[in-house]
Amino acid sequence: MTQAMIGIEDLDVTFGYGAATVHAVQNVTFQVKPGESFGLVGESGSGKSTVLRAMSGLNPDWSGNVSLDGQTLGRQRDKAFYKRCQMVFQDPYGSLHPRHTVDRILAEPVAIHGLGDADKRIDRTLREVGLGPQFRFRFPHQLSGGQRQRVAIARALILEPRVLLLDEPTSALDVSVQAEILNLLKRLRAEHGLTYILVSHNLAVVAYMCDRLAVMNRGRVVEELDVESLRRGQAQQDYTRQLLLASQGYDRAVADSFKDFA
Amino acid sequence: MTVSPSATPLLTVENLRVRFPSRTGYTEAVRGVSFTVGREKLGIVGESGSGKSVTGRSLLRLVAPPGEVTADRIEFDGTDLLHASERKMREIRGQRISMVMQDPKFSLNPVMTVGRQIAEAYRVHTKASRSEARRRTLDMLGAVRIRDPERVFDLYPHEVSGGMGQRIMIAMMLIPDPDLLIADEPTSALDVTVQMQVLAIMDELCSSRGMGLIFISHDLNLVASFCDRILIMYAGRVVESCRAGELHAAKHPYTRGLLDSLPRLDDDRAELPVLTRDPAWAAEGGR
Ligand SMILES: Nc1ncnc2c1ncn2[C@@H]1O[C@H](COP(=O)(O)OP(=O)(O)OP(=O)(O)O)[C@@H](O)[C@H]1O
Ligand SMILES: Nc1ncnc2c1ncn2[C@@H]1O[C@H](COP(=O)(O)OP(=O)(O)OP(=O)(O)O)[C@@H](O)[C@H]1O
Ligand SMILES: [Mg+2]
Ligand SMILES: [Mg+2]
Repeated sequence: MTQAMIGIEDLDVTFGYGAATVHAVQNVTFQVKPGESFGLVGESGSGKSTVLRAMSGLNPDWSGNVSLDGQTLGRQRDKAFYKRCQMVFQDPYGSLHPRHTVDRILAEPVAIHGLGDADKRIDRTLREVGLGPQFRFRFPHQLSGGQRQRVAIARALILEPRVLLLDEPTSALDVSVQAEILNLLKRLRAEHGLTYILVSHNLAVVAYMCDRLAVMNRGRVVEELDVESLRRGQAQQDYTRQLLLASQGYDRAVADSFKDFA
Repeated sequence: MTVSPSATPLLTVENLRVRFPSRTGYTEAVRGVSFTVGREKLGIVGESGSGKSVTGRSLLRLVAPPGEVTADRIEFDGTDLLHASERKMREIRGQRISMVMQDPKFSLNPVMTVGRQIAEAYRVHTKASRSEARRRTLDMLGAVRIRDPERVFDLYPHEVSGGMGQRIMIAMMLIPDPDLLIADEPTSALDVTVQMQVLAIMDELCSSRGMGLIFISHDLNLVASFCDRILIMYAGRVVESCRAGELHAAKHPYTRGLLDSLPRLDDDRAELPVLTRDPAWAAEGGR
């Protein structure tokens, strides 16, 4: 068996103390192979973003075992980690500094990592995400939602990472821009052999982008399945079947039949 | 049962135009939009920047200067919204017409707990006591499927997940029992099962109380299955309108393009088609 690019074992994350403690992620375990694209779906508030944030070191309060390319990760993430693993955030409005130009947003990581040749890198990366040089000195508010999301992806790509953690990268975008971004992410993965974890509520998006997926509910992974089974509706767990049913569109009777899964 | 548009609509909009001055002239955000809403669910779809949110906001006169709003007529249940006094508008906003804004985290006060925000919004419009407002708030949070309402009541906006933020906004807007709800991408951050349950709540209010709903969304499949009628907007205009069940048979090449760009569970394509725009779509009066 090939060694996992991302290994998550018994991940637990809590927030708060004492009686107010929230166990946001419990016992989460999964592995992602090099070059694989892994989907994370499930209930709102089930801990999907928290898993990605723990992986990227944005959330120090976790226990378990997290590894990248065979190396166990500690509490602190070093520069070398961010060179290899980057995250694209759920909120396309909040994640870009409003008073920084695209150029500055992209130059910063290059400077932090002392990579040099910033000018050429920025130019190339912008081209790669389909933004011409005319966008380079714009501010975020001068960009459309889709263009902003491209900048967020460019910022993640500029360090040439091996792994991208994508948190709902298209849920705020319209369907045509979504198609552009998904095509872009798919092409980048094929060209650079990238490994993805993609969080999405849209099962069709996950089917289009991923090889396998995990379904989360209330902080736990309830089921792992491959995309072929998802497409054929072959889920083992009732919660996953409920998700599949819900993604077929609105139906009052179906909505009324939904259960809470504890 | 779905409610069909009744004889006297709740809201009538004729020739709505909204523009914003810019350095190079004007951005024409909405260019002559007309529609009615009865006691029904009207969907508005269209690409980003097509004018959906601006249309919704102008109905409540929430487009701030230097934005300019004109129309031949905006009438809500006998009231002329174009010329109503600011005082009258404040009465209507929140009480008779509610709007769920597209960006929940922008609309929530970051330094007040979410429960208090909902409770105070309720107290503004009713003479309810503090404890009554708290009880109603907890009920409403439960109704929008927030688990553990007591805990969430005391959280600040940054402590709730994306989907919880949206449901908190919906709870806040439904609590005054409006006649018309304008919901701008209200469920885009919700997982599909919770989304469906939240839609069922709105559906119930429409069918049992005759609430009218304007539902703005990017999700064509959802709108097709949830709404009664759909307007498709492009570049500030309504380019096509249809019964929701007929969206998949839409004729306009723009609508077709939007439908084609959707990934599908039952169709494994190597690449998703993206829109190629035709300048004729934007021409006024053109189709
Ligand atoms: N900073 C925080 N403080 C307290 N609780 C938090 C914090 N961040 C997250 N949580 C809680 O952790 C749980 C999981 O949140 P998370 O954001 O991971 O959910 P999610 O699966 O990404 O949901 P969504 O699909 O709605 O984005 C939620 O109950 C949330 O309230
Ligand atoms: N305050 C403003 N000042 C200047 N231009 C504005 C303002 N608000 C909106 N616009 C412009 O009006 C047009 C329509 O915007 P609107 O927000 O209605 O789009 P939308 O259809 O809701 O898009 P999305 O799906 O991305 O939310 C856009 O070109 C937008 O840039
Ligand atoms: Mg999340
Ligand atoms: Mg909008």
